[in-house]
Amino acid sequence: MACNSGNCQSNCSQNEQVAQDDSIPAPTTGSDDGANNQQQQGVCLKCKVSPPISSGGGGSGDEARFCGDCFRTNLFGKFRLAVTSHAMITPSDNVLVAFSGGVASRVALQFVHDMQQRAQRNYEASKDRSLPVFGVGVAFVDESTVCSISNDEVEEAIQEMKSTVLELAPPVKQFHVVPSVSLYSSGSSDEKDRLMKLIGAVDDVTGKDDFLMHLRMWALQKVASENGYTKLVLGLCTSKIACHVIAATVKGQGYSLSADIQYVDARWQVPIVLPLRDCTAQELNILCRIDGLKTLQLVNDHPSGINGLISSFVRLLQEENPSRESTIVRTAGKLTPFHFNRLPEINDSSVPLATLRRQKRYNLKPQESISSESFCPICNSPVINSDLPSCGSLKPFKFREFAASCCPSCQFQILPQDQSSMKEFYSLLPEGLVSRSKHKDNDNLDMLREQVQDCLLSNSDDET
Amino acid sequence: MEEGNKIPKSASSRLCCRCNERKPALKRPKTLEQICRKCFYEVFEEEIHQVIVGNQLFKAGERVAIGASGGKDSTVLAYVMSELNRRHNYGLDLFLLSVDEGITGYRDDSLETVKRNEVQYGLPLKIVSYKELYGWTMDEIVKVIGLKNNCTFCGVFRRQALDRGAAYLKVDKLVTGHNADDIAETVLLNILRGDVARLSRCTSITTGEDGPIPRCKPFKYTYEKEIVMYAYFKKLDYFSTECIYSPNAYRGFAREFIKDLERIRPRAIVDIIKSGENFRISTSTKMPEQGTCERCGYISSQKWCKACVLLEGLNRGLPKLGIGRSRGLENGNGNRKDMEQNGDVRSIESKQCGSLDF
Repeated sequence: MACNSGNCQSNCSQNEQVAQDDSIPAPTTGSDDGANNQQQQGVCLKCKVSPPISSGGGGSGDEARFCGDCFRTNLFGKFRLAVTSHAMITPSDNVLVAFSGGVASRVALQFVHDMQQRAQRNYEASKDRSLPVFGVGVAFVDESTVCSISNDEVEEAIQEMKSTVLELAPPVKQFHVVPSVSLYSSGSSDEKDRLMKLIGAVDDVTGKDDFLMHLRMWALQKVASENGYTKLVLGLCTSKIACHVIAATVKGQGYSLSADIQYVDARWQVPIVLPLRDCTAQELNILCRIDGLKTLQLVNDHPSGINGLISSFVRLLQEENPSRESTIVRTAGKLTPFHFNRLPEINDSSVPLATLRRQKRYNLKPQESISSESFCPICNSPVINSDLPSCGSLKPFKFREFAASCCPSCQFQILPQDQSSMKEFYSLLPEGLVSRSKHKDNDNLDMLREQVQDCLLSNSDDET
Repeated sequence: MEEGNKIPKSASSRLCCRCNERKPALKRPKTLEQICRKCFYEVFEEEIHQVIVGNQLFKAGERVAIGASGGKDSTVLAYVMSELNRRHNYGLDLFLLSVDEGITGYRDDSLETVKRNEVQYGLPLKIVSYKELYGWTMDEIVKVIGLKNNCTFCGVFRRQALDRGAAYLKVDKLVTGHNADDIAETVLLNILRGDVARLSRCTSITTGEDGPIPRCKPFKYTYEKEIVMYAYFKKLDYFSTECIYSPNAYRGFAREFIKDLERIRPRAIVDIIKSGENFRISTSTKMPEQGTCERCGYISSQKWCKACVLLEGLNRGLPKLGIGRSRGLENGNGNRKDMEQNGDVRSIESKQCGSLDF
C-alpha cells in the first residue's frame, strides 16, 4: 500500500520538528558546544532566556524545549485563536463551563477565567465602557446516584470544586451542581428509582457507558438553558477527540462523526464550543503540573468495553508515534461538517465589528444547501435518511415511533431489544428527551424561513 | 447486510437455530448463533450470492480471474465462486491467477497449493512472477531496502502484476479474496494515516472500473473467522502461514485492535465498513488525475507509475525513492541530474528490467 502522505515509520512531523529545532541557534550556557542534542541545550527555544521545564532530557519533547512561561503562552495562544477565530465567546455571552474536575476541564476553566479577567480589566480601563464583559458559570454533573461513588467522596470533591471556583474571582462565577436526576422535572420522589431502572435496562456495557455520557450532556443542556447561558464550553482536547473518531467509526456512526468534532456544534439549544480542540492531553497535563492546577478524578478514567479498548489502542499508537492523535483528528477534520457546525451570524450591535468580520471569514461554507436532518433523540446525532423507516408505518405506538427515530447505533447498544422492555424503557425516559424529538422539525423550518423571510408577503404560514 | 440480533439470552436450546432439526456444530462468528454444519454452509454461500447479485458484480459470459495466493481467502473464494457459478448459472469463465513474489519459505510453498487447486477445482492457472516482470524478487528487494518499507514495494508490484496477468488471460474482471476484516483494517489504517482520498475509495466493492481491469471483492461482508470455519469444515486445501515479513507491518496494529474488538462486539467489523461507506467526504476533495506512465504505459496519476518509480530506485541504489513524502525527486523526467549529484549512489549494476510490455 503505497503511502504518499507521510510514512508511519518515519515520524514525518517529528522529523520536521527536529529539522526546525536544529536551525535555531541556541546560545549554550556553560554546556558543551559539541553536544548539539536539543535536550542538552540549556535554554528555552522561544525566549532563549529561561531554562526549559525539564532540563535533564527526562521530560517529553515540549518540556525539554520550552520554559514554563513560553509553554503556557503557546497553549493559551491556541485556546485564544480557537475562541476568536470562531467567535466562540462574544461580550454579550453568558458562558457555562462544563467541569468534571479532570485536567482538560480544569484548564478550560482557567483559560476562560483568564480571558474574562482580561476583558474585565479592559472594561474598567476604558472610558466609555462600551464592551461589556461576558459572564461565566461552572457546572458539575453529579452522577453519584448512577455510579458507584460514595456520597462522602462526592461531597468532598464538590467542596474542592466550590473553593476552586471561589478562588477564580473576580469576576464571580456561579457554581452549579447538577445531579443526574435533575433530568426529571417532575420533582417526584421516585425519580431516582426511575433513573436507576432506566440505566439498568441497558445491557451492553459500552451502550451503558455511552448512554450515561448522553444523559450527562442533556443535563448540562438543561442547566444551561434554565439559567440563561448562551454557550457551553467543553474541555474536549485532541486526545479525546481522536478516541471519539475511532469510537464513532467502530460503532457505525461514520455519517455523524463530522458533526461531533468541529469547533462549534450549534445543533443543541445551547451551542457547544470546543476551545481546547487543538491541545493534546499531554500539553494539558504539563500545564496543570507546572501551574499547580488542582485536578481530581471522580469518574472512572478506564472505561470497560469498547471505549476502554479504544483508549488503550490510541495510547499504544501514541507511544509508537507522538503525533498520531493529531493526525487522526486532522483526517477526521477533512470530513464535511454539517450546516449546524457554525454559529449563526451575530446580529448584535454590541459585538465589535472585528469579531463579526472574523466570524464571517472562519464560518465554514456549507458544501450543500441546508438539508433538514433528523436527529437521534438519545445521542442527537444526525441520522442518515436511509436508516429511518418510511413515515406512517409505525405511528400508532409512541414507543415504537421513538425507537425507530433513533440512530442504528443507539438502537443496537442502548435500546432494549424486545417490545415489552422497550415499552418500559420509553416510559422511564425523562420527559425532556421524549419531547425533544418533535421540536427539531420546527427548527429546520424556522431556519428555512429565516432565509426567505425578506421575500415573504404574508405573515402566516397558511395558504390564504 | 442485516445480521442477527444480540446474543440470545438462553443458549440452552439444543438445536440449530435455523433448521431446528440438527444438532448445532458451531457458533457463527458473525452473529454468535448456534448453527449446524449444513445450515452454516447454506447461510455462508447464500450471503455471498446475495452480495454478488445485489451489487451486480458480474455479467453472464464474462471471463473472470480469481486472485489466488494459496491462502485460505483465495482458496475458499475459488471454491465458492465455482460452486455458485454452477448452482446459480452465473455463466462465468473462471481462471486462477497467482503472483510469485519470490519469497522463499512462504510463496514457493503456497504456490504448490494453488497448483493443487488448479487440479481440484478444474480452473486453468496462470502464474506471474516479480522476477519475470521486474527483475527482482522480494527476497532480493528486502536485502537492499531492509524490513521497513518492503510491504510498499510488494503491494505496488503485486497490483501491477495482477493486471498484467489478467491482460494475458484476456479476462474482463479480477476478483480478490479481501474479506470484511481486511476492509475494516484498511478503513482504520487510512484514518490513522490521514489518507482521505483512499478512505473514500477503500469501501467500494468494485474498484478500478475506469482502469485496465475492474476488481471486485465478493467477500466484502464475510468475516475472516467464518472463512476459516468454512475451509475447516469443508476440509479445503490451503496454505496457512503468514508472510515472513509481516510482523513489521503497520497493519498489525489495526489487526490486533480489530481482533480484540470482535471479541467484545462481533458486528463492529461490519459497523466499521458501514462507517467507511457513510463518511462525509466531499467529492471535490482533491482526487488524483488519471493519466499514463511515461515509462511503461500503465495507469498512473503521476508522470511515472509507482512501480516504475520504485524500480528506478532499486536499480539506481536509491531505496528511499518513492517512499514517504514527495520531495520533487520522484518525477523521472529532467531530474536525473539531481539524483546523481545526490551522492550515495551505490554501484549496483543496473539490473535489466524484465519486459514491461503487455
